[in-house]
Amino acid sequence: MTAAEDILSRPAVRRRRFGLSNLRGRISWTFVAGFLILLASLVLAIAPGLIAPYKPAAFDYKAILKPPSLAHPFGSDNFGRDILSRTIWAYRIDLQIAFFGTLFPVVFGTFVGAMVGYYGGWLETIFGRVVDAVITFPFLVLVIAIVAVLGPGLFNLYIAVSIVGWIFYARLIAAEIKVQKRLDYAAAGRVMGYSTARIILRHLLPNAITAALIYWMTDMALCILLGSSLGYLGLGAQPPTAEWGVLIADGKNYMSTAWWISIFPGVAIVITGLGFSLLGDGLSDMLRPKR
Amino acid sequence: MSEQQRPSRPLEPPILAVDDVVVRFPVAHSMLDRLAGRPPRAVHALNGVRLEVRRGETLGIVGESGCGKSTLARTIVRLIEPNDGRVRFEGHDIGSLSGSERRAFNRRVQMIFQDPYGSLNPRMTVRQVLTEALTVHAMRPKSEIPARIAELLDLVRLPADAADRLPHQFSGGQRQRIGIARALAVEPEVLVADELVSALDVSVQAQVVNLLLELQEKLYLTVLFVAHDLRLVRHISHRVAVMYLGSIVEIGDTEALFSAPRHPYTRALLDAAPDMDPSHRTGRAGARGELPSPLDIPSGCPFHTRCPYVFDRCRTERPLLTERNPVQRAACHLVDFGRPGASIVA
Repeated sequence: MTAAEDILSRPAVRRRRFGLSNLRGRISWTFVAGFLILLASLVLAIAPGLIAPYKPAAFDYKAILKPPSLAHPFGSDNFGRDILSRTIWAYRIDLQIAFFGTLFPVVFGTFVGAMVGYYGGWLETIFGRVVDAVITFPFLVLVIAIVAVLGPGLFNLYIAVSIVGWIFYARLIAAEIKVQKRLDYAAAGRVMGYSTARIILRHLLPNAITAALIYWMTDMALCILLGSSLGYLGLGAQPPTAEWGVLIADGKNYMSTAWWISIFPGVAIVITGLGFSLLGDGLSDMLRPKR
Repeated sequence: MSEQQRPSRPLEPPILAVDDVVVRFPVAHSMLDRLAGRPPRAVHALNGVRLEVRRGETLGIVGESGCGKSTLARTIVRLIEPNDGRVRFEGHDIGSLSGSERRAFNRRVQMIFQDPYGSLNPRMTVRQVLTEALTVHAMRPKSEIPARIAELLDLVRLPADAADRLPHQFSGGQRQRIGIARALAVEPEVLVADELVSALDVSVQAQVVNLLLELQEKLYLTVLFVAHDLRLVRHISHRVAVMYLGSIVEIGDTEALFSAPRHPYTRALLDAAPDMDPSHRTGRAGARGELPSPLDIPSGCPFHTRCPYVFDRCRTERPLLTERNPVQRAACHLVDFGRPGASIVA
């Protein structure tokens, strides 16, 4: 090799290695902020008993509708239940809603999206009609209608969200797979004789899934909002379960006299939703592949 | 790059044969077209291509963009199913291979792609890419894979520490070397290189092409070198096929084809190539007008709309590829075209 060739074939200046350290220097503050918020939420959800000062359903008739004080930092409701404790206990329910409400949509939507994007043809035509049919209705209206038919309760809420939610993941994945499968690395995989499953799972999906992962984070926040909305309407979690939507509904008759009943669960929703959004935003910066 | 040409190989049996392959890409046929009674249309990417590739030779395939050379390359590696005709590998139709035969074919016939940015999975390190190829085709036991990867990187002149880096950390030329290493990992016999260096800087082109030449000698590879750069093709090929609108118009030994082209299109192509030496400037007419649309290939000889020597028969009858001398065949009704001493010496 001549000297000139030697210089040209030397590694480029950027010397980052693959793996976790590859992300070093790319970790964004939004990711860290979102991660910390969600970590704290997770701790509250796993061990509310250790942190909350009272049991979530403990009545105290000596402390009815008391404003925030040292004994009840977030105040108490019309049964004398501690709002702080109920808000903390609700983390468990609402994070569950966020996770189980989106789990099936993510898995099934990714699968359908990969198939539709890869094979196209009549599969794509059918899928297109299904998408049209579903997005004609506002998401919330459709979910409320399904829950109303199935009956209120968390499990039926998961079913309703799953029936509708997978569409959005499938659309994102299908669009992205369609782009990726035209690139030469997919052709190279076929020339190599790799199976279709390997090409989709090992090659196309890792490059196609980023948008769906980020949407998942936002979707979890939306799902909490939805769960709370349905809880508020009496279609989701049922009282006396401590769930943010239920808590807000509990306080709706006392808004002018005891604002704290509804406000603090609302703040918890906002903070958790913010956590998911920040995490998704940070992930989108970090997962963007370099070309 | 030297201008000297490679001597042709001793006669070997053909390893690959393309028999009258036709590839059509249908053009979207809308409801409106159907109502207006317009018939469905198709791009005729390959219009009856016939050629043979001998073991150990480099066959260059040249032509303008849109002439079907990439389609031909992709048909040969089974990325595209021909609508008609067949591709034979060692005599067997590759379209009718069984599962295990197909895997063997995929191992033995490999391709290097044009786009150094699209041809590598952006999320896989070089080690992952090579390990996958080596394991799927069970080329080496697991314990020997790291050593083989080092060997492959050395073969394509990449530093050993390239293994654990991602594609975006390499230059275009380096990426093409990774593409070559990936193809070589499965120890193929035939390498199809589709515009291997057209996306690279000229300074890097020479390195990559010379690497390919060297690898071919070392590994006795059969190479199909698809390119539009005539000088490059002349430098690397034992034989050259010239394509025009989905057909091969001339095929022959590199030296013969470049010094005495027997088809007016080859002549025009050679005349159109830029040349630094003013004494080589001939001022010949070349091809007139524009390349016809592959949606609507002219009747008869596909080149008749642009050929300076056109006569009546060209418009109706398609000329077949016929032998002009032992090393050269051309598809032209003017059998004397370009023949030394003949009346039409272009």
